[in-house]
Amino acid sequence: MAGSGSPKRRATDAIGTMESLLATKEIVISAGSGGVGKTTTAAAAAAMAAVHLGGRVLVLTVDPARRLANALGLEGFGNIEKRVPDEAFKSAGVTPRGEMWAAMLDTKQSWDALVMRHAPNEDVVNQILANPLYQNVAGRFVQSHDYIAMERLYDIHTTGNYDLIVVDTPPTRNAIDFLEAPERMADFFSSRLLRWLTAPARSRVVNFATKPFYQVADRILGTRFLDDIAQFFLLFQTMYDGFVERSRAVEHLLHDRRTSFMVVSTLEAAPLHEAEFFISTLRSMDFQLGALVLNKVLPAYLLDGSATAVAQRMQREPGELASALGPDAGDPQEIARVLREVADSFLRFQVVAKREGEQRKELATVPDVVATVPYFDSDIYDLAGLLRLGEQIWR
Amino acid sequence: MTSLLDRRLLFVTGKGGVGKTTIAAALALLGAQQGKRTLVCEVDAKGNLADFYETKPFRFKEREVEPGLFGMAMDTEESLNEYLKLQLRLPVVARVGPLAKAFEFVATAAPGVKEILTVGKLVYEVRENKYDLVVVDAVATGHIVGQLAAPQAINELVQVGLVRSQTDWMLDLLGDPRTTGLCIVATPEEMPVNETMELVGRVREETNVDLAAIVVNRVLPELFGRSEEACFEHLNEPLLVGALSDAAGGNVEPVFDAARLAVTLRRTRAGHLERLRAGVDASIPLLYVPELFSRTHGLRATRQVADSLASELDI
Repeated sequence: MAGSGSPKRRATDAIGTMESLLATKEIVISAGSGGVGKTTTAAAAAAMAAVHLGGRVLVLTVDPARRLANALGLEGFGNIEKRVPDEAFKSAGVTPRGEMWAAMLDTKQSWDALVMRHAPNEDVVNQILANPLYQNVAGRFVQSHDYIAMERLYDIHTTGNYDLIVVDTPPTRNAIDFLEAPERMADFFSSRLLRWLTAPARSRVVNFATKPFYQVADRILGTRFLDDIAQFFLLFQTMYDGFVERSRAVEHLLHDRRTSFMVVSTLEAAPLHEAEFFISTLRSMDFQLGALVLNKVLPAYLLDGSATAVAQRMQREPGELASALGPDAGDPQEIARVLREVADSFLRFQVVAKREGEQRKELATVPDVVATVPYFDSDIYDLAGLLRLGEQIWR
Repeated sequence: MTSLLDRRLLFVTGKGGVGKTTIAAALALLGAQQGKRTLVCEVDAKGNLADFYETKPFRFKEREVEPGLFGMAMDTEESLNEYLKLQLRLPVVARVGPLAKAFEFVATAAPGVKEILTVGKLVYEVRENKYDLVVVDAVATGHIVGQLAAPQAINELVQVGLVRSQTDWMLDLLGDPRTTGLCIVATPEEMPVNETMELVGRVREETNVDLAAIVVNRVLPELFGRSEEACFEHLNEPLLVGALSDAAGGNVEPVFDAARLAVTLRRTRAGHLERLRAGVDASIPLLYVPELFSRTHGLRATRQVADSLASELDI
């Protein structure tokens, strides 16, 4: 429960499967570098939970993939949660025990909601929303995206409407950014530097230490721009108390026992390196690591010794093998060409499979649940596809 | 139209995992091989550009890594230092009190400051003619528009002051298609293709930078011609599989399975390639780089990619 301080992992926490992880947690956060299938994995996990575990399951995504909305049988979805229609499950051939819901993070809308919640009065709300810098911060500022994703998660969680929320995290350059975002936001608004910056708007009297800073800043940026910044931060400061309190609550929720992380990666060097770094950061910051999902793993037969021997022989003596089939099999020259090509292809993919196998072995620490998803030879277009992927990680 | 390597400043972007850094590293290597004095710059603090040349991590101060090829890592604070030294003739930032400390803060608060220090430094290198070619391993697709549009945004936000006078010449160089171009790297997969098509539209609408090329990385080889494919299907009949396995001294099924996987992957990717070609206008060249079935991603792989790019560019 919340309030017991940051919980430590104990031996009894050992969770065997994705099924038990999703059955025992209220929040599962899917993280990893871009392009590894984070969003799809989060959606697949949520769909499996809705089908097999029941209850109300929400997938909260930051990725505006239209294909995902279509796969869930939705016209599209936004900041407000939408229920995945039963027909989508029916056409996938299943009757879910529970309900699946989906929502997509709209950064701007979420920021506006935050301002409306914390600002002391309507006048301040209007001034903030109209400030040109606010537009920029809310829309573009990357860290604000990280923060608002966690803030929105907190918001939805406190409604108590869902038994399980699976969250897809923003594609940050550094996967841990969003973990530190609540703290950084709180620091940001309490900073002494902020007071320096906002000083000129309150009084033109600047002390000896800060004077050179303003002189330089004035020359570089121009006074009006500095005033714009100052006004923006003065307005934001009126929301300070509510904001900081909220940030702390978000931070607390992320550390709660009911929250767990699911790290997603492929076996390629860069994403795997990122995943390892992320896993060790989770450990050191005392977050709960629930599962590692390895996506797009090449089939194991590529590493099979006897298959390799066959492929090598096929590559070396395609003509002999072709003639061994007899004249009825077809043109021996064409068969030889095909066999050679088939063998080449096997051995090419084997190089990659070997490299990835090595990288997998080098993983220093792994969580209790490690799920491997084979390389799907086609894209996921519908709920049936999501569930097919889900089956791979379920047990 | 200006050929890719005849431009002076190339920004290389792409969705995470598509090989953006590989392509940037290879383009720069190719430039140097063509006798151009080339600077390659990584913008991401956590980047691994130096690995692609098998050398130690780059710093802000450039270093020659291959003949004619210099590498550097962007550091916005050092860029600010350099700028202040050059423009204000200030000695060192340490002497202007809390400026250095406040920098991080202002940069966070005022959108575009970091971006303009990054873009500014690179455009400056081009203007000063220190290099024939500057290749930038830029930020990923999600952030590139913000980076490239920063001078314009600052230009609009800041009405007076030194910055304003600087953004004008920067915009001129960035907007000149003979000087500057953007390369988008994609793989023939669903999301990278979608993001690329979206990005093409946004770059056109929100920046003045010309789209130089789309590099399609990891294109899989075509396994069979049409009649060979029929032949392969025929060989998959149980009787022939058995006979082949006997002759080869082991089960051929896994080898056939791998071929089928390769064929399906190739087909799926070909579909995405077609979608990409139809989805962006024909004036943007598409360059194809084959999938490298290699053990590592060191200098050898970078050379191979550079060779592929060279043959795509007819050089």
